[in-house]
Amino acid sequence: MQTVKISRIVRKKTFNWTNFQRVAAPYIFVSPFFLLFIVFGLFPLLFSLYLSFTRWDIASGLSTMRLIGVQNYLDTWNDPLFWKSLWNTFYIALLSGVPQHLIAIPTAYVIHTLVRRMKHFFTAALFVPFITSTVAIALIVTVLFSERQGVVNQAIASLHALPLIGGLFPAENIRWLFDKNSVPVVISLVVIWKYTGYNIVLYLAGLQTIPQELYEAAQVDGATRTQQFRFITLPLLRPIAFYAVTLSLIGNLNLFEEPFILVGTQYGQNQAGMTMGAYLYKSAFELGFADQAAAMSWMFFVVVLALTLINNRLFRSRE
Amino acid sequence: MTLIQKPRTIRPKRNARDTGSKVAAYLTLTVMCFFTFIPFYFMFIFGTWDKSEIYTLPPHVVPGPDLVGNYSVLMEKINFWRSFWNSLYIAVISTVLTVFFCALGGFAFAMYEFKFKNLLFSLVQGSLLIPSLMGIIPFYLIMQAIGWVGEPKALYIPGIANAIGIFLMRQYIGSAIPKELVEAARIDGCSEIRIFWSVVFPLLGPATATLALTTFIGQWNNIVGPLIVLKDRDAFTLPLALRSLQGTSTVETGAMMVGVCIAVIPLLIVFAFTSRNLIAGLAAGAVKG
Repeated sequence: MQTVKISRIVRKKTFNWTNFQRVAAPYIFVSPFFLLFIVFGLFPLLFSLYLSFTRWDIASGLSTMRLIGVQNYLDTWNDPLFWKSLWNTFYIALLSGVPQHLIAIPTAYVIHTLVRRMKHFFTAALFVPFITSTVAIALIVTVLFSERQGVVNQAIASLHALPLIGGLFPAENIRWLFDKNSVPVVISLVVIWKYTGYNIVLYLAGLQTIPQELYEAAQVDGATRTQQFRFITLPLLRPIAFYAVTLSLIGNLNLFEEPFILVGTQYGQNQAGMTMGAYLYKSAFELGFADQAAAMSWMFFVVVLALTLINNRLFRSRE
Repeated sequence: MTLIQKPRTIRPKRNARDTGSKVAAYLTLTVMCFFTFIPFYFMFIFGTWDKSEIYTLPPHVVPGPDLVGNYSVLMEKINFWRSFWNSLYIAVISTVLTVFFCALGGFAFAMYEFKFKNLLFSLVQGSLLIPSLMGIIPFYLIMQAIGWVGEPKALYIPGIANAIGIFLMRQYIGSAIPKELVEAARIDGCSEIRIFWSVVFPLLGPATATLALTTFIGQWNNIVGPLIVLKDRDAFTLPLALRSLQGTSTVETGAMMVGVCIAVIPLLIVFAFTSRNLIAGLAAGAVKG
């Protein structure tokens, strides 16, 4: 009786600690993510959904919050600036997204196939913009593209002075950071500058997964380099292209920092640089309509979700 | 084993066309590098000229004499080194905590079998689908509710166990650390946290480096978070402080460019030494992800 009791206690004790910590460990190890996600991600998100159905002045505390139904959604629907910023967001997303990939794919291919010496040097050099702060590059660009005598306008002026091709370039200084046609262009240039190198790195990684034997077989069959690119490289790059395009799409739809620093508070002529992100920020933090902005962000979420699904479908349908 | 030989690579004959396309390739890349670095060049040049000299005709392309003058204007206008310290402080703390907690989470997902593992991991991945813009209003509201507005911890605590980091660590641990190693340590009587800290974590070098670099760079350059929660000028991070120069009535362009220089150069130096690891790490994540 006595011995049995002792052994049971010992068994119980070992069970308690060693086994318990072994079983509990994975749950404890992943708990920081879920704790933080619930506190800083999920709960605030659900609260913003609730907020979107209320009228609330943030400054006057929770007690002044009152439900008003879908009024914020109706107001957003009838707000021309919402549709304008939505359109601007798409336009700038395309203007900055498409060239990135059109430059990055061939460049990665060229680096992969033709460059041996200094391969890492070129890749790293083209990657540098990705690690540069958006504020820094945007501030530099505001000086370079200044409508007074910024370097870009002076370069254009000297090109205009050339014989023959001079007529192709405008005589007057372009108001880059004001004119409704040029504001999206400057924003896109900064985005292209910043992210093309990153895409090159992604595509290079994709190219390295394509087995060399395929190219050798194609060479034996007499395929030219262009044919190899068209019929081997492009199809086999699709998985990585999907990844890269998805990242660009998400990043570009959420574009905020570039227009915010470049075109400041007015967002250019006719608010041509007002992206969805900029409008959300302005509504919530500069004008103080957090309730309306919450409704806007949920409407925008639906649009982003739809576009992501279309993107997935497009890449899948070609398989 | 040695009997199986790889088929010898068929090398195309070197001819004039090949050399030509090689030259073209190097030329194109050089031109691209030129456009990549020209903003940095002018950043440096503008930093050395007085603001009245920046928009001259033709533009200055060589350094001028006003670097010191611009530097003292910068010191007058903003509390520059205070902001530099704020940025460094947030970036370093964030990096250390992120590496630890993401490695811990990635370790659990890679090395353990437990109930609801797949469901929990799908939730981690699913959290990535929420567009970042959706977060800015809720982010402010929660910080206001718990009284963290104006506090640097509002910027580094929420992200210390983030989905991308956990994903990266899980990939690396799954492919680089043999399960037998963990099992052996367990038989030797290590507790689970001890296995993580003394056995597994020291082997995570490359993944740690990649995650540390991306976290540091992300925090150093972060503007949206600080813009929303930091109100006091003394708490400003570098990007916020530099942006505040823009709003003044007469923009001190030269001083601003000196500030931008000092903000950009540390990362360029870090990148010069770590570019191989960073690029390889990001590329590996892309191929596997």
